[in-house]
Amino acid sequence: MNATLEAKPLSPVAKGNPFSRFFRRWALQIALTIVAILIWGFFLWRAPTTFKSYNIYNSLMLTTPFFALMAIPLTLVIIIKEIDLSFPSVMAWGVAAYELVYTPTHNVWLGFIACLLAGLVAGLLNGMIIVKLGIPSLIATIGTQYLWRGVVMISTNGQGSGMVEVKNTLLYPLLTGQLFQKIPMEFIWVLILGLIAWFFLNKHKFGAHVYLSGDNADSARLMGVNVDRTKIIAFCLVGLVAAFAGFMVSESLLFFWPTMGDGYLLNTLASVFLGGTSVFGGTGTIYGTVIGAFVIAIIQPGIVASGWLAYWTQLIYGFIIVVSVALQAVLRRRFI
Amino acid sequence: MDDVLQLKNVSKTFGEVSALHDVNFHVGKNEVVGLLGDNGAGKSTLVKIITGYYRPDAGGEMYWKGKKVDHLSVPMARDLGIEVVYQERALADQQTLWRNIFLGREISNGWGLLDIKGMRTETKKLMSTVMGFTSSAVTPESTVGTFSGGERQGVAITRALYFEAELIILDEPTMGLSLSETKKCLDFVAGIKAAGKSCIFIDHNIFHVYPVVDRIVVLDRGTIAGQYMKNELTLDELLDRLYRVAQTGNLEQNNSQPGEMKNGENK
Repeated sequence: MNATLEAKPLSPVAKGNPFSRFFRRWALQIALTIVAILIWGFFLWRAPTTFKSYNIYNSLMLTTPFFALMAIPLTLVIIIKEIDLSFPSVMAWGVAAYELVYTPTHNVWLGFIACLLAGLVAGLLNGMIIVKLGIPSLIATIGTQYLWRGVVMISTNGQGSGMVEVKNTLLYPLLTGQLFQKIPMEFIWVLILGLIAWFFLNKHKFGAHVYLSGDNADSARLMGVNVDRTKIIAFCLVGLVAAFAGFMVSESLLFFWPTMGDGYLLNTLASVFLGGTSVFGGTGTIYGTVIGAFVIAIIQPGIVASGWLAYWTQLIYGFIIVVSVALQAVLRRRFI
Repeated sequence: MDDVLQLKNVSKTFGEVSALHDVNFHVGKNEVVGLLGDNGAGKSTLVKIITGYYRPDAGGEMYWKGKKVDHLSVPMARDLGIEVVYQERALADQQTLWRNIFLGREISNGWGLLDIKGMRTETKKLMSTVMGFTSSAVTPESTVGTFSGGERQGVAITRALYFEAELIILDEPTMGLSLSETKKCLDFVAGIKAAGKSCIFIDHNIFHVYPVVDRIVVLDRGTIAGQYMKNELTLDELLDRLYRVAQTGNLEQNNSQPGEMKNGENK
């Protein structure tokens, strides 16, 4: 086997130097980090009083996790080249399931488990519809989005309910407490979940199959990767985490609104896309998504504190999604 | 019988379309079989049945080294030692070289944890020994989407070789390759023979197939139109017959039975 194939240098940047290779490989993450620092620096300059106090960071760490948590498993789904739009309703459906179990049993933990299971079931349903029936995930999850919201409205009769009972359990300090009286637990959960997801995505077979299924599903199948199962697991994870995040939101307010979740769709998706996960599938990082979420989160208070109208936020969110997706299309053409 | 692989009366229909009809096919031990046929003749379908990607219709039988195989799946076929080098699309473009080499067969422990270091080292070794990537620009971390057609085919072939297949199937491996790259690819087929392995070599291009194979099987419209030992006929004779089959569906001038065995199964 002395057949050798001539390898030409790919581009001047890639040549030799391990430093430039590192830079090239993580270009997107490095760029995003720089953008995040620039935006932060800009607001620090425009609204120094707000951004020099700890309060703003405490409140960012408190509220960002509500969508940053969901953005993490959503990253996997988008790497696989699918999408999930149903998670805002699944947030509410999880807590509705909690109420359904808590009301007769008066057991908070049992209710919490029911909440997570409900999320899992919702994710499983998405996965099954998309994989087994071959319906595009965009359409399927618009459908299930309405489906679960409907279930919530019927089961709660459209009325909110208090959740004060949670206060007496360990769940309260565990999910919404403050670590060292300084750092909100919500933020800690983003770190925990982010680390777990990063680990599985990069160091585990499942993650390898996520990337391969999104990059080239045909070849992954031909080489024996169970693409369908990988997809279903990814959708299940979104459902599970959405229910968890829903529980967290209700718990922090000690009240459950059946409309909860509305308004989380745009910034969750924006976090993933801004984080450099490609809508064409096959690439994306958890690091990017988490940083992306905090960039998205800082924009609204930043705009208000700088003295502009809050109406600008939507425009900027929309702008971010369009620009980051367009950028991916350009990068893709450049490198492949 | 010294066959590695044998198919008996295998058919495959997709809805109304019959892609393969009552195909009998075998590959001997250490034999290189060239599978020829026009687009839509059923070559790819046949390959996908052998690799467990498609299930044949009921009634067809498949034997591996004399043992009957039922409900073949892709991982099962790989465990048996059937390895396919598909056309270019077999690579995941945005992934690194080492991830592509170990695609679907990642080295991992019982918990599914990847042995990334091990896979990188193996890839590095394969790069210098088999693939012949010498440039420092290409590392196990390089993205395969940036490779040339020949380099990509080299990756796919190396992948098959690394996992020590018994039967290597090359699905149009020379498509899109330059002249010198094609030569290397054909060298590889000769290497399979020398290593004592069996091979099915699929190609449109008879000039690529003829020099390296032992036996030629011609598929036409889902049936085997004929098969020849290479030493029975010259390249020109074969060409004549292929033109004829494309026009009339018959290989022989005298309109003899299509599918008739020119040679016994005297392998």
